[in-house]
Amino acid sequence: MTSVEELKAIAKELRVESLRMIHAGGSGHPGGSLSAAEITATLYFRVLRYKAGRPDDPARDRFLISKGHGVPVIYAALAKAGCIPREELKTLRRIDSRLQGHPDHVRLPYMEAATGSLGQGLSVAVGMALAERLDTKNDYRVYCLLGDGELQAGQIWEAAMAASKFKLGKLTAIVDYNKVQLDGHVRSVMDLEPLADKWAAFGWNVQQVDGHSVEALIGAFEAADAQTERPDVIIAHTVKGKGVSFMEDTHAWHGKAPTDEELERAIAELEAA
Amino acid sequence: MGKATRVAFGEALLRIGATHSRVVVLDADLASSVQTKKFGDAYPDRFFQCGIAEGNMVGMATGMALCGLTPFAASFACFLTGRFEQIRMSVGYNNANVRLIGTHSGIGIGEDGYSQMGLEDIALMRSLPNMVVLQPVDCREAERATEFLADYVGGPAYLRLTRQNVDDVNGEGYRFEFGKGVEMRDGTDVTIVASGAVVGESLRAAERLGKDGISAGVVNLHTIKPIDAALLQKVAARTGRIVTVEDHGVTGGVGGAVAEALTECPDVRVRIHGVHGYGESGTGSDLYAKHALDEAGIARVVQSFLRESTDTPRVAAGHR
Repeated sequence: MTSVEELKAIAKELRVESLRMIHAGGSGHPGGSLSAAEITATLYFRVLRYKAGRPDDPARDRFLISKGHGVPVIYAALAKAGCIPREELKTLRRIDSRLQGHPDHVRLPYMEAATGSLGQGLSVAVGMALAERLDTKNDYRVYCLLGDGELQAGQIWEAAMAASKFKLGKLTAIVDYNKVQLDGHVRSVMDLEPLADKWAAFGWNVQQVDGHSVEALIGAFEAADAQTERPDVIIAHTVKGKGVSFMEDTHAWHGKAPTDEELERAIAELEAA
Repeated sequence: MGKATRVAFGEALLRIGATHSRVVVLDADLASSVQTKKFGDAYPDRFFQCGIAEGNMVGMATGMALCGLTPFAASFACFLTGRFEQIRMSVGYNNANVRLIGTHSGIGIGEDGYSQMGLEDIALMRSLPNMVVLQPVDCREAERATEFLADYVGGPAYLRLTRQNVDDVNGEGYRFEFGKGVEMRDGTDVTIVASGAVVGESLRAAERLGKDGISAGVVNLHTIKPIDAALLQKVAARTGRIVTVEDHGVTGGVGGAVAEALTECPDVRVRIHGVHGYGESGTGSDLYAKHALDEAGIARVVQSFLRESTDTPRVAAGHR
């Protein structure tokens, strides 16, 4: 089992790899990759059951990133886990690459579903959790990472209603609540608060954690696993652009690549921390 | 007059339930209208009531398909294909084996009026690169098409069905061949290429035209995508004049598909006949008469096309 200390180191590594990848690709979304580094590290190296080389294993846990623009940090985790060659990370967003700007399930089956048109991933996850119930041979859990901005889409709440109605106790949603979206702060674009109350009103088991605390995330995933009556949501309070001072809490770094100099400064900060 | 194609679909689905354990059905509060209720009553564990939330239903169906099930998600054609963004992103892009079933297609639904009429659904669905688009002409064909879709694993598919009863045009021994148009009647002056409910009307229009000395062939295009280009090119070469007939808007539907398939054919003229503008309330037969989709109207459109087609552009959106 990967230790807390190891997970912290992995999170740092995923941040560095995400920025390198976006820099090499010349475009991408650093802010939402950096905010999800601990969530991704905890999922891929502690929580999820899967086998590198077997993206079609019917017994694997399903993980979907509904906030598709945050996929660089997932590609970094896939490389770290040996699912894709590390060298391939340099091909992000390049012609003929499996590492499309947003997840492409057909090209890269490790991505459980194509996402990026926001607000759709949770519905797909609900379908997967229902399929698990009909599957007499395999026993798996379904995880879905949501952005905060996409919670403004009505379809998320359609899916939330459905998950609750069908009592999908093996479904866990994680909200990367970094408080910033493309146009600005979430509270000014379209406030989500009271967010925990909304999920609770829709019948979900709600936990709120520091999304940069690996210990807190592990605890939340274990609690989610333990209760099987209702779907779980972990509202992970995070900081957009976490770990790089000039990228933190600003929409300016939602969707642009760092220059050579900016990359150097960012990596220096991450490695010094 | 036979039954509505939605009824045949529902009966076929019920039978399929017994033999195909991976077939599941999703409903958005229209089970009795779209005829999935029989399946739901017989197989409650494989029937999922999603409420009036079609976008979520489409996403759920995608997740089920990606886990190896064969979901049939049914609603009215307009409500289902109106969730185009979910269909393009979740169903299409993932190449998910989702069967989208759109009933209540066209102005043929009658009194409920435009808000319930699928008039853009063919255009939307066939714009997706991997989407199969089927529109059975009668109950026998609807049953065969439904059976075909239960076994098809090539990706997403859309099945377009009627609310209203339609003519039985296929005989008992009919064999459904995916991707193949069916020559229902030979003709030498003009070929009517029709799909769905209006095939029966087109066959009667061809009879009527025969009495006026016009030899009109009729092709039933049950598979709109992938289209049977070889057959269309063959009949185009024979008659040089094609009239497409559909209970769907004139933009991007069967007519558009046929015109695209014939772009490389020399000396062929095509008239696209279908619904102009938004639909409206009225009985189905009054609406078919008003929009010239009944036997008399189709015959009139063919006659005027033949009169005009020596000096009209190759592809002309039909006017009456």
